[in-house]
Amino acid sequence: MTAPALRNVISARRLSIIADLPCTSMCQAGEDYSGPVQREPPPVPRPGREQKCVKCAEGLPVVVIRAGDAFCRDCFKTFYVHKFRAMLGKNRLIFPGEKVLLAWSGGPSSSSMVWQVLEGLSQDSAKRLRFVPGIIYVDEGAACGQSLKDRVKTLAEVKLILQKTGFPWHVVALEEVFSLPPSVLGCASPESAGTEEAYKTAVDSFLQQQHVLGGEGYAGPVQGEDPPHLFHSQDPLGMAGFPGAAQTEALSKLFDSIKTLTAKEELLQTLRTHLIVHVARTHGYCKVMTGESCTRLAIKLMTNLALGRGAFLAWDTGFSDERHGDVVLVRPMRDHTLKEVAFYNHLFGVPSVFTPAIDTKAPEKASIHRLMEAFILRLQTLFPSTVSTVYRTSEKLVKAPREGCVTGPTGPNCLLCMCTLDIDTADSATAFGAQSSSHLSQMPSAKTGVPTPPCCDTGEGQAQSCHGGVGRRVDVQACIIEQLCYSCRVNMKDLPSLDPLPPYVLAEAQLRSQRAWVSQEIQEYLITDDGEEEEGSRAEPGDPQSCKAIKKEGENIGIGL
Amino acid sequence: MAAPLCVEVEFGGGAELLFDGVKKHQVTLPGQEGPWDIRNLLVWIKKNLLKERPELFIQGESVRPGILVLINDADWELLGELDYQLQDQDSILFISTLHGG
Repeated sequence: MTAPALRNVISARRLSIIADLPCTSMCQAGEDYSGPVQREPPPVPRPGREQKCVKCAEGLPVVVIRAGDAFCRDCFKTFYVHKFRAMLGKNRLIFPGEKVLLAWSGGPSSSSMVWQVLEGLSQDSAKRLRFVPGIIYVDEGAACGQSLKDRVKTLAEVKLILQKTGFPWHVVALEEVFSLPPSVLGCASPESAGTEEAYKTAVDSFLQQQHVLGGEGYAGPVQGEDPPHLFHSQDPLGMAGFPGAAQTEALSKLFDSIKTLTAKEELLQTLRTHLIVHVARTHGYCKVMTGESCTRLAIKLMTNLALGRGAFLAWDTGFSDERHGDVVLVRPMRDHTLKEVAFYNHLFGVPSVFTPAIDTKAPEKASIHRLMEAFILRLQTLFPSTVSTVYRTSEKLVKAPREGCVTGPTGPNCLLCMCTLDIDTADSATAFGAQSSSHLSQMPSAKTGVPTPPCCDTGEGQAQSCHGGVGRRVDVQACIIEQLCYSCRVNMKDLPSLDPLPPYVLAEAQLRSQRAWVSQEIQEYLITDDGEEEEGSRAEPGDPQSCKAIKKEGENIGIGL
Repeated sequence: MAAPLCVEVEFGGGAELLFDGVKKHQVTLPGQEGPWDIRNLLVWIKKNLLKERPELFIQGESVRPGILVLINDADWELLGELDYQLQDQDSILFISTLHGG
């Protein structure tokens, strides 16, 4: 054997020996290769039709879930339904007999959710779902630039499907945000604490009731209401016509004035949520179910990080969202990917209505939402565990109160998104704080940075300021911006003027700033719990008598100011 | 030499917007030298059926991420994806999952 040939044999042997060694010696193997190794994602093994269903091992597989599990039609259905029921059962938030509003957009995920609820309610009593549903559909045609003719056509299809479900339904147009009261932005306290024991007791007593009443009987509507199939809500869009042209005009004007698609989408979501929460409150629903799927929530999580909503991810993407207080938003579809939803809807004939949205046919870089969607979905094709990894991360997010606010109230909420404000008003250390305070102090008016002092009575409503026109508009703008969280402020920058916003936003902003001013004014007269004897001596030097008198009066009668 | 094929191509979930709103299309694919597979079908669709915005439907050789393909009501991943060879009277369904919620 010649020397080079011998060398080849020896190196070949060496390679084969090294290949057999455990992984820890891989770094040695690298020395034998001539160039850098090309790193590619490992090829995902593709299942073939010859395989059988991974669950029952007999059926012909029709769909591939996750990275390689092929399911047959029946096993897929069981798997899908089980996920829905497990999500509801695991979280134990929905008490038996509770009224739950299903937010249906006509799209595949929410249609699937409605269908699951329908099927769940009609099962045999042991496994039957126990809450009382209603459906709401929000017509957003005006914000998306749809013509009246198209909207009427869509609504006809929508009503057909709603009637078939047999649940009480509500169709509202987005234009109705212009007639919302400012109280929709208030955070009412929840009615009952939903603890584990409370849930178990509720379920037990419900089952006992059912037993006593003789078993059968659909967990129907609360006694005294019309049976579902006869009930239809007062819908302003009924036979007679649409919401007033003025309101439609105002809504189009608002959305046309917004400069970026990102801000449009965010505002649309905010207004829609307010409207749904308002309808839920007025009709006595304490829970709202939205059909956001796993894929959508993964995209939403990343998008919200880019939008500056990192502090609120747990509320935006978690199972339950209690920021509105008495109405809790629940996301039962958060474990289902869009692929599973689409397959289920196709295989089992779930009806849905297609409506163009605000970002239909928009190019990929039109908004942060679209960009993130394209990014995540493209990554998903190469790495099929992307969406589930992001989802698992979102499950671990905890709703913690802000540091320093461990006891006592959590502080003011953002005017639009209702989350706890994440901006320190006295924030002079960061660049953002310096920027926003300088922005406010540049307001050209006679004010010296003090919020609008009310010359009229404090109390409900009328914050009609008495100053001149120009100064007032600037005040209102500053007044609103002050009460927004970081991401809402950034969004509002894309609105050249805050005037087209629905009146309830402006009214609530003024009300809150009034309240803040008043509470600041009477701060020194308030008797605090840790009242020491020195309290009396902290009174103003110019008026010691009256302060002491007020304090004494308070003590005697037992009221605080 | 592949004989002309008759297949049904359907669009759902909003994808039909790119095809003039028409959901079902009965198409006759002309004969050609190599066999018809999904890859060729996509090229054919892009040339003959797609009315606007090709980038919203096709990306490179394949469909845009987020568009599901069902061949005779089964996931195309089980059948070889782009390499599946079309048979006469097959039904190909493209569902866009990107729309709505």
